[in-house]
Amino acid sequence: METANAIEIRDLDVDYGSRRILSDINIDIRQGEIMVIMGGSGSGKSTLLRCILGLKKPSAGHINMLGTDICHTSNKKLYALREQMGVAFQGGALFTSMTVAENIQLPLREHTNLDENTIQIMTRIKLDMVNMLPHENLMPSELSGGMKKRAALARAIIMDPKLLFFDEPSAGLDPITSAELDELIVMLKESMKMTIVVVTHELESVFAIADRIAILGEGRLVQVGTPEEIKSSTDERVTGLLNRIPRENNVDKDVHIERLTRDKEQ
Amino acid sequence: MIKAISNLGSYAIETIEQTGRTFNLLLIIAWKMFLPPYQIFPIIKQIYFIGARSLTVIIISGGTIGMVLGLQFYNTLERFGSVSVLGSAVALSIIRELGPVMTALMVVGRAGSAICAELGIMRISEQVDALECMAIPPDKYLVAPKLIAGIVSVPLLNFVFNVVAIGGGYFVGVIMLGVSEGSYVNGMIDSVVWGDVRLGMVKSIIFGMLITLICCAKGFYLHLSRYGSQGAEGVSRATTDAVVISSISVLFFDFLIGALMS
Repeated sequence: METANAIEIRDLDVDYGSRRILSDINIDIRQGEIMVIMGGSGSGKSTLLRCILGLKKPSAGHINMLGTDICHTSNKKLYALREQMGVAFQGGALFTSMTVAENIQLPLREHTNLDENTIQIMTRIKLDMVNMLPHENLMPSELSGGMKKRAALARAIIMDPKLLFFDEPSAGLDPITSAELDELIVMLKESMKMTIVVVTHELESVFAIADRIAILGEGRLVQVGTPEEIKSSTDERVTGLLNRIPRENNVDKDVHIERLTRDKEQ
Repeated sequence: MIKAISNLGSYAIETIEQTGRTFNLLLIIAWKMFLPPYQIFPIIKQIYFIGARSLTVIIISGGTIGMVLGLQFYNTLERFGSVSVLGSAVALSIIRELGPVMTALMVVGRAGSAICAELGIMRISEQVDALECMAIPPDKYLVAPKLIAGIVSVPLLNFVFNVVAIGGGYFVGVIMLGVSEGSYVNGMIDSVVWGDVRLGMVKSIIFGMLITLICCAKGFYLHLSRYGSQGAEGVSRATTDAVVISSISVLFFDFLIGALMS
């Protein structure tokens, strides 16, 4: 059953072995919005993204995506759902044995019966959208970091997905390229009416693109709100993140000495 | 002492888990490879990579081993005055044992390590995750063509190895050491029966499946292994393990198949 929310996360707990990574996460991502998930290093945002993508099974909870609970569904239904989503990974994850154009065409060749001409035209349309048309015959090893991100984005949108996910889109990019990518993300939302989820901790990008922001801290949801609500938050975890305030190291002296002098095996 | 026992236990558990995952992968591929879309071109590409590009090393090693066998058997048979059975000895040794085993070991070293490294790097650079997110089953897309290509290529390479090795034995025995050409060739024809050829074929088919399966599984499931998070070092260790485990498996199954089919 479809709702106004594209994604609903309820009571999500995620563990890696005996380590609890995410606790009691509840987030709604509305259709057609850009939701930015941000948090400090180790806050669990990449783990949350992997759970939403179905790459990691949570220990408890539900993730309802376009009406399907992906945590309790068959592989067949999960794969059918994945044809409606696109993912741009942090490093691009381009297939190194294929050219840029071949990378982008792969979903069309696997999931459609389009003729070769149509595939070529659709590929070029998407490459043109991300300003990569002159580079369609290059191999991924010949691309710069920004070009890889744009090629990965073109591949993510080739099937005109309803949902688009970005994992740290600005990581490793210079400010100008990062700003260009932010513009592209906003343009995709406005022109193609996609629901977009971005995992990042780049503050300039966050406030340039977000309709709403979800902040994670130590595996828990700290706050969800519009950029204005987040900026005016009085929660010190939020203000610390926004104002880049280093965490205080209030460790007891005896505990600190015990940490420094204990055996490696303990 | 306790830590050593604990580590041994962890190692044993991981070994059992890996064996289970590998067997599970085989069952998944065996089922999915009959479902569309059929990967004809990727299979041909892998047959070229595993088979055609291994020809040089197979021909060189086959010729060398054939010559060594010819020389060593001649030295031994001469003491018993039986050099006329040189052809039989070389042919039976190659066709029943050395051909399948050496072919598999050469392919492991050349193609198996490359397959493991390729899949391992794809895993750690999120390319496998990207396939999942594009609704393309990575086990069918990446592993199945390699497995099918291994089952097809290794027996064909084995035939080439056998021919070249028998030729190498002929070169040493007949041309260099003066054994009668007629006794070499006729001895081979008289002693090699269909059961010997069948044994060699069965071994090479099973070895082809075994080495590609182990190498694929080691790379494909790199993220689940104890060194999966170690990047380049993890890939290096997985590749080494894949080659070692494949080689030992070939030797063990060589004995097992020989014992069962004798």
